[in-house]
Amino acid sequence: MALDIDQLTVRQAVVGLRTGAYSSVALTQAMLEAIATRNPAVNAFVWLDEADAMRQAEAADRARQAGQQGVLLGVPLAVKDVLNVDGHPCSCGSKILRGYTALYDATAIARLRAAGALLVGRTNMDEFAMGSTTENSAFGPTRNPVALDHVAGGSSGGSAAAVAGGMALAALGTDTGGSIRQPASFCGCVGLKPSYGRISRYGLVAYASSLDQIGPITRTVADAALLLGVMAGRDALDATTLDQPVPDYNAALTGDLRGLRLGLPREYFVDGMDPEVAVAVRAATARCRELGAQIVEVSLPHTRYAVATYYILAAAEASANLARFDGVRYGFRATGEGAPIDMYKQTRAQGFGCEVQRRIILGTYVLSSGYYDAYYLRAQKVRTLIRRDFDAAFAQCDALLTPVAPTPAYRMGETMDDPLHMYLGDIFTVTANLAGVCGLSVPCGRTAGGLPIGLQVLGPAFGEERVLRVGHAYEQSRQGEAL
Amino acid sequence: MGVSCEWLPNHGYRREGVDLANTTADIRVAYVANLARLELDEASCALFQRQLETVVEYVRQIGELNLDGIEPTSHGQPVYNVFRADEVRPGLSHDRVLANAPAKMGEEFKVPRIVE
Repeated sequence: MALDIDQLTVRQAVVGLRTGAYSSVALTQAMLEAIATRNPAVNAFVWLDEADAMRQAEAADRARQAGQQGVLLGVPLAVKDVLNVDGHPCSCGSKILRGYTALYDATAIARLRAAGALLVGRTNMDEFAMGSTTENSAFGPTRNPVALDHVAGGSSGGSAAAVAGGMALAALGTDTGGSIRQPASFCGCVGLKPSYGRISRYGLVAYASSLDQIGPITRTVADAALLLGVMAGRDALDATTLDQPVPDYNAALTGDLRGLRLGLPREYFVDGMDPEVAVAVRAATARCRELGAQIVEVSLPHTRYAVATYYILAAAEASANLARFDGVRYGFRATGEGAPIDMYKQTRAQGFGCEVQRRIILGTYVLSSGYYDAYYLRAQKVRTLIRRDFDAAFAQCDALLTPVAPTPAYRMGETMDDPLHMYLGDIFTVTANLAGVCGLSVPCGRTAGGLPIGLQVLGPAFGEERVLRVGHAYEQSRQGEAL
Repeated sequence: MGVSCEWLPNHGYRREGVDLANTTADIRVAYVANLARLELDEASCALFQRQLETVVEYVRQIGELNLDGIEPTSHGQPVYNVFRADEVRPGLSHDRVLANAPAKMGEEFKVPRIVE
């Protein structure tokens, strides 16, 4: 009988592999078959080397026979096309990195590999992680496997679509302003953005360095806890990682919420939100109360400035980070006559897509002479106010419950000509990146039309145990329901 | 090449406390694109001008806040002065690095002529 990976979790696979119910070769073969069948309609994967995947699986099976353990030994994971995996392409969804082959493993990848995981394929994304729909990719858009005429969300849309679409047990994403949590919400899976400094960013192609974090997209909260535990911890190659102990995240999954105070930020329940999203999140809140939590109302008064602050800071950092793509050392180079400066300008104009060019221009503008103080420095000060909002809120409660996004998945093409409209959809997620806190997206229902809705659990910096505990207890209470 | 400064606002360098609400959204895409080393055609320039004026107008709302005495936050976590031992570690081989180059000559990246 063929192995069914539609609903299989990482934890189940770990047990199945350990007990010999199936081999890594069989599991990986099932994944490759699922990708072959399902990916053409969804476009979650932009690159796949089947022979390489099978070689990794065979090596894992041999290692097990030789007595090796490894918490993820033989488990295949999908990887967003922005994380360096030695020998695999790393295109960041961009024409400008066409043909680029990674020369080393990102630290998060190296840790997963050391735990025995297989790195299979490259998942689609908005170019350089700039976007909320995975429509801005040089490899074409990813579709939502739950509803093919809708977007998968972004920027980690390929990873979420792979997990939700039965093509991967779990996948890695990155989150700069919601890029793990929002696609997880749109596709009906679990997504965790760890606190800033929890997982090394070494080997992650930078978009906005002070906001970027790597995290897992999974089918259960327990799987997110497992993968976080493997990837987390200080790394000498990323000076922004903190030297904080990595707790046993699995131990945090107690299944109840007794003794916890959960806050509802009033600014996150506003007019203009999709009514079905509001109803689902309110119902999830009531469920958390039944599970033993005390619910309190709190305020994050500077929320309304978060999107403006985010787009100033992220664009500024992006304009600096993306200066390295000039056609000299790697990737695409425009052909033609002229001086080097013309080659740079033509390479960048032809190599970057529209959204990336827009953000580079915006970032260059806010950093330019005469504007730096008015935009960039002011935005950094507003960031302080947003961080203080969270400090004050977490003095009153253990974690916050909010919607992930004000709406369910957009229709394909809906936001393409109106960047600001797309940016405003990030209102509930960008705050966590600005403040450096952690956030978890958990499925909490569907619209009448069948589109998934996500509940966001926000915790303080290095409070991953709390958000995982809340998400897990809520998830367990709804086990068996089609979310 | 010379850089024109005619686009800068008349009152010169904007100091701390300048009220964004009292100025206009004066992004000039054609000029900024040159700073960012992007060669835009007229159509892209006009499209980005229209879209980015809307975005700049929106982000200017942070000008409403009184930020006197507020320290800027550059990172979500307070991490300062991280040092490591200054030890030589193995680097990447020339062959592997140059394999990604769009043009090369021997052990070097090849670029357009820079000396007349």
